[in-house]
Parts: sequence; C-alpha cells; structure tokens
Amino acid sequence: MNTSTAHSFHFKPYNVGRWVIWGGFALLLIVAPQVFRSGLSLTLLSQMGYMVIICLSYNLLLGQGGMLSFGHAVYTGLGAFFAVHAMNLASSGSLPLPLPLIPLVGGLAGLGVAALLGYPSTKKAGTPFAMITLGVGELVFAMSLMFPEFFGGEGGVSANRVYDTRLFGIGFGPATQVYYLIAFYTFVCTAAMFAFTRTPLGRMLNAVRDNPERVEFVGYDTQRVRYLAFMISGFFAGIGGAFVAINFEIVTAETVSAIRSGGYLLFTFLGGATFFFGPIIGAVLLVMSSVLLSEITPAWQIYLGFVFLFMVMYAPGGVASLIMMNLRVAAFGKLGRLWTSYLALGGAGAVLLAALSLVVEIVYHLQLDSSGDGSVKFFGVMLNVSSVDVWVGIALVVATALGLFEFVRRSFLHEWGEAQTEIEKEIKRREAAL
Amino acid sequence: MTTEAFVISLLNGVSYGLLLFMLSSGLTLIFSMMGVLNFAHASFYMLGAYVGYTVSGFVGFWPALVLAPLAVGLLGAGFERFALRRVHKFGHVPELLITFGLSFVVLELVQLVWGRSAVPYALPPLLDGPLFTLFGTQFPRSRAFIMLVAVFMLVALWLLLTRTRVGLVIQAALTHPEMVEALGHNVPRVLMMVFGGGAALAALAGVIGGNTYVTEPGMANAVGAIVFVVVVVGGMGSLAGAFLASLLIGVLQNFAVALDYSMIDVLAQVGHQVGPGSAGYALLKLKISQVAPILPFLLLVLMLVFRPRGLLGTREG
Repeated sequence: MNTSTAHSFHFKPYNVGRWVIWGGFALLLIVAPQVFRSGLSLTLLSQMGYMVIICLSYNLLLGQGGMLSFGHAVYTGLGAFFAVHAMNLASSGSLPLPLPLIPLVGGLAGLGVAALLGYPSTKKAGTPFAMITLGVGELVFAMSLMFPEFFGGEGGVSANRVYDTRLFGIGFGPATQVYYLIAFYTFVCTAAMFAFTRTPLGRMLNAVRDNPERVEFVGYDTQRVRYLAFMISGFFAGIGGAFVAINFEIVTAETVSAIRSGGYLLFTFLGGATFFFGPIIGAVLLVMSSVLLSEITPAWQIYLGFVFLFMVMYAPGGVASLIMMNLRVAAFGKLGRLWTSYLALGGAGAVLLAALSLVVEIVYHLQLDSSGDGSVKFFGVMLNVSSVDVWVGIALVVATALGLFEFVRRSFLHEWGEAQTEIEKEIKRREAAL
Repeated sequence: MTTEAFVISLLNGVSYGLLLFMLSSGLTLIFSMMGVLNFAHASFYMLGAYVGYTVSGFVGFWPALVLAPLAVGLLGAGFERFALRRVHKFGHVPELLITFGLSFVVLELVQLVWGRSAVPYALPPLLDGPLFTLFGTQFPRSRAFIMLVAVFMLVALWLLLTRTRVGLVIQAALTHPEMVEALGHNVPRVLMMVFGGGAALAALAGVIGGNTYVTEPGMANAVGAIVFVVVVVGGMGSLAGAFLASLLIGVLQNFAVALDYSMIDVLAQVGHQVGPGSAGYALLKLKISQVAPILPFLLLVLMLVFRPRGLLGTREG
C-alpha cells in the first residue's frame, strides 16, 4: 500500500460532547448506589442496569432495524436458563468459570438461539416478521413446559451465585458487588451497541428499515442484514437475561413468556425507539413502574396500557422524542412562550388522570370486595358507590375533564405548531446566511 | 385409535376449526383491506364472550347472541375511527403497536370488570347435553351449534361480499381504493365498517365459544396466537386459505390430544427398545398429546421455511 498518498489531512476536532456524555453515564453508574443507599434502591438500580441492556438490545431490532418483535423474551429467557445451568455447573466444580464470565455464557446462548430461530424469523420484515416472532415465542414457551429437565418445570431452576471459582477473589455475595458487575456490563454493552449503530452494518440496518427496495438495488441482501442484526440483538439480550439469573438466583419458565416480550416492547417504545438513548429511559420506567407503581395501585397495568395507547397516538417517538423536541424549542428560545400552555396542559391532564383513576379505582375496589357495604375511600373521601348520585357525579367529572383536556390540547397544539414553524423559518434563514 | 374416537375427534376438530375460521376470516378481511394485522382481534373474541355472559344474564342467551356482537362491533368501529385512523399515517409498525396496546388494555379492563378467574358462563338449556351418541361416545350439542353458526356466517359473508352492492364496494376498495373513492364512495367509512364487522364476527365467535369452552382472561392469548398461525399458514390475506388452515389446525390439534403415543412406542414397533439411558430420551419419551400445544407453531415455522406465501397465498408479505 502506498502510504504517502494516504496522508490526506482530516480535520478531527476533539469530540468533547461525546466524552462528557459517556463520562457522565459511567459516573452515574458508579455514584448511584452511593447516593441511594437503601436496600430497595440497590435492587432497583441492579434491575435497571440489566433492563437497560435488554431494552437496548430490543431497540436494535425495533428502532434501528424497524423489526417489531413479539418474542424478545425467548432470547433473554434462554440466555437466563443457560446462565443458571452454567452457574450450577460451576458451583458443582465441573466447569471452572468465575461469575463475571457467566453473562458471556448467556450472551453466547442468546446468539446461538438467535442464529437458529432468527433464520426463519428474519426471512420477512414488517408485519409477517412480527407474527413469526410471536409464533416462535409461543413455540418456545410451550416447549418450556414440555422439557422440565432443562426448564425446571413449574418451580424453575435455582442456583447459587456464590461459589469457589473466583476472579480476583470477589465472591459476589453482597448485592453491591453484583450491582457493580451489572454496572460494568451495562456500560460496556451500551457502548458496544452504540458503536454498532455507527458501523457500516449498523448503517445498512437503518437503510433496510427505511427503504429495503433501494438497499436491494444497491446490491445488499436485506434478509442477511436483518439476520446479522437479529443475532447481535440476541447476543446482548442473552447477556441481559444472564443477569436475571445472577440477580434473582432463580429462573422460571415465565422468563420466556409472551408477557415478558410484551413488557420489553412496551417500555422500549415508551422510552423512545427513534433515539439510541430512548430504551435507557424505557428500562428505568419499566423497573420504576413494576416495582414502585405496583405498590401504589394494584391496577397499575391499566394506567400503563392507556399511557401506551396515548403515546402511540400522540408521541410515537416516546419520552426521548418529547425531550429532544423540547430541547430544540428551548435552543431557539421559544420555551418561555410555551410554558403557560404547558401549565394548562399539565393541569388539565392532572384533572383527567384523577377522574379516570377515580373510575378505575372504584371498579377495582368493587371487584375485589363485592360483599362490602359499597363504600370506597378515594384520596381520603368516602364514596358510597351504591347510590346513583355518586355515579352521576363521576360521569360529570369525567366528561368535564375530557372536555377541558381536549380544549387545552387544541390550543396547545396551535401554539406548538406556531413555535415549530418559526423554528423552521429560523433554520432556513441561518442556512441562507451561510 | 378406534373408529368412534376417530369420528368424534374429527367432529371436535372441525367444530374448533370452524370457530377458528370465524376469527381468522375477520382478521384476514381487515388485513387485506387495511394492511393492518389486528393484534387485538382475539381480544374482541374475549370481549364477545364476556359481554355475552353479562347480557345473557339480563335478557337470556338468544338475544345476547345478537346484542353482544353488535356492541363489540360498535366498539371496534369506534377504535378504528378514533385511534387506528390517527396512527395510519405513521406506518405499519405503529398500527400494529396500537392494536397491541388495545389488546393489553382490553385484557386489563376485563380483569378489572369481571375478575381474574373464569366466569360461570353456562350453556342455555337448548344447547346443553349431547346431540347424539356414537358408539358410546357423546358429541355435545354446543359444538354442533358452533358448526351451524360458523357455516351460516360463512355463507352469509360470501353472499354479502359477492351478491350485494356493499360487498362489491368492499371488494373494489380492497384492490383499487383510489378508484372507489373517485366514484364517490367514502373509503375510510368502508374501512371502519369492515373493522367493526370483523370485530363483531370475532365477538360472535366469543359468545358461542365462551360457554362451549371457558370464559377467562387467558382466553384471548390462548386463541390469539393460534389465529395468527392460521392467517400465516393459510396465506396472508387469503380467505379460502384461512378456511383451509383453520380446519387443518383444528383437526390437527384435536387428533394430537387424542393420541397417546410417543416415539418410544414407534421405535418399539420396529423392534428398537429405548430406555431412560438412551440418547435423546427426553425428546423421545414425549407423547403426541404432550406435543399438541406446539404443533401449530411448529407448522408455522416449517411453513415459513418451505413455503413462505402460505397454503393459498399469492404474495410474499
């Protein structure tokens, strides 16, 4: 190779923003358990850590590749099962494998399973892909009940993460040590997946998502690109799944169920599939809502479902897109004008939420306690739900809240649209000035 | 397997297959018209069963057979009008997502209103009991009723689609929506009607399936995945294919449940004894009846590998 001509000058500024963001992420992972010291918060943080890996691996399919999978739990779940068996082998002494390497076992298992099942799955994109992943998910779940030797039947497979083969003498008994192991993998996997989105394959995956026909004309095999991405996603999903095994020390057949797959889909979307960091928000929301929100109300999944429907209709980019859009508005100095609208929207939204939760909580209460005297306590107020007055009152509250919200929403949409057009104009003006 | 067991299994299979077709026909129509795979289709089936249960508690089973599908059909049309149409411009993935969200919400609402365990949705006296006894094995009336309703619905649907003006507009809107719109028909309203009609058909299946089988919050998930298999195996968007695949899967599952053999028995027949120590014993010892739940999904995967367009499909998704 002629090296003299390869010396063309590239202006490469030091990317300060990138170092700040990734440094901040690492710092956050290190400092978080020092700030939130309670046992509960450590549990939450550990779960968030590996959920971040799982949701990001899911988003390689959904966000980067436009592949809506209903069977992601197959890869996380089988990763978890292989990891738990590896842990059992290691603690019986027949496999000299220290705990920090167990996630790689899960990852390789996820990769292997994805290589096997991904081939028929990725033959198609779009709607057929979604249906196939659903079918494959059901297939694996049904099989989990057929092979109790591997899946442990009803009781699942349990293991002990503390065993004799150790790396640097760390035992991983205390939850803090497990957290830092998770945090290490979370950082490395996040970085690796981000790096993947910058590779030619990652870019080609975006192209397959946006315009598969054109990709075929350029000379790439779309099926092959999807297949490769599917396997990479399976690898990271397996790593995330292995941490389920390490964290809980038990894996049940429920880990591969469609309910889990649905959960990953739901929260990855809520977090925001269109941005790389969206699933991180989604993972945090997943753990927060399944642990904390379920403490507040037993009917939390209904609220979750409605929030999801609402997001699909009004903000298909998830929380991440809401943040980015508002950052753009703020960058052009228009946020100050919108804040009154935001206040009104927030107020109306709160009233609507209160009205709807009133209905949900009352019905839930009636369902649980149908033999009671028909009185329900809501925010410290006793309501006698057997009287017609209360139901008329509730209907009025809900109708008023709906009307108010719709009115405020329209005026907000108007203001928002105006701000956006002004921003577009400003961008055009700046471009023209260049 | 004896003759009477064979005949009864076949009848049960056909009756279940026809129930599946009542679901998959609506799904296929919606898919071929709107390109939307309605993930919540089985949820409408479940809603039909629950609404049918409640309504039949007030006015009896026979009025409920009409009222419950109407109510659920209206709900479906409302969902199309106010939610699905809104996300149509975002593309297919958000459309799938919103129906997924609906299935999630419907499941939670059903658990909220009717509880987490099965409801006592009993058969009306006319359908209770055996229709006939064949070599000592009974065939229940309710299953025969499912067959009757399904065949009646099939004929009515076929007549509607091929012999009426509305049906012609629907057929035309399937292939040439712009032309139909140019001729002055309101295509979005046709789509809304088709979606509502599909939901009503699913609910009708629910009203009669709910008391023949069991009405519980898990019923949507149990049947939903199978219906998707039917649609893929039959060929996306092909009504005749859906019919064939429904019967195939219905019969396949009922026969598999009735067969109590494993590979070990087969191997023993050819003079090869397999013990717990042999390689692959865990796989070989499984009886066909144990494998029954995965057969439809296995069929799906095999179909996709060897014939991706399905039995009677004309295009590859």
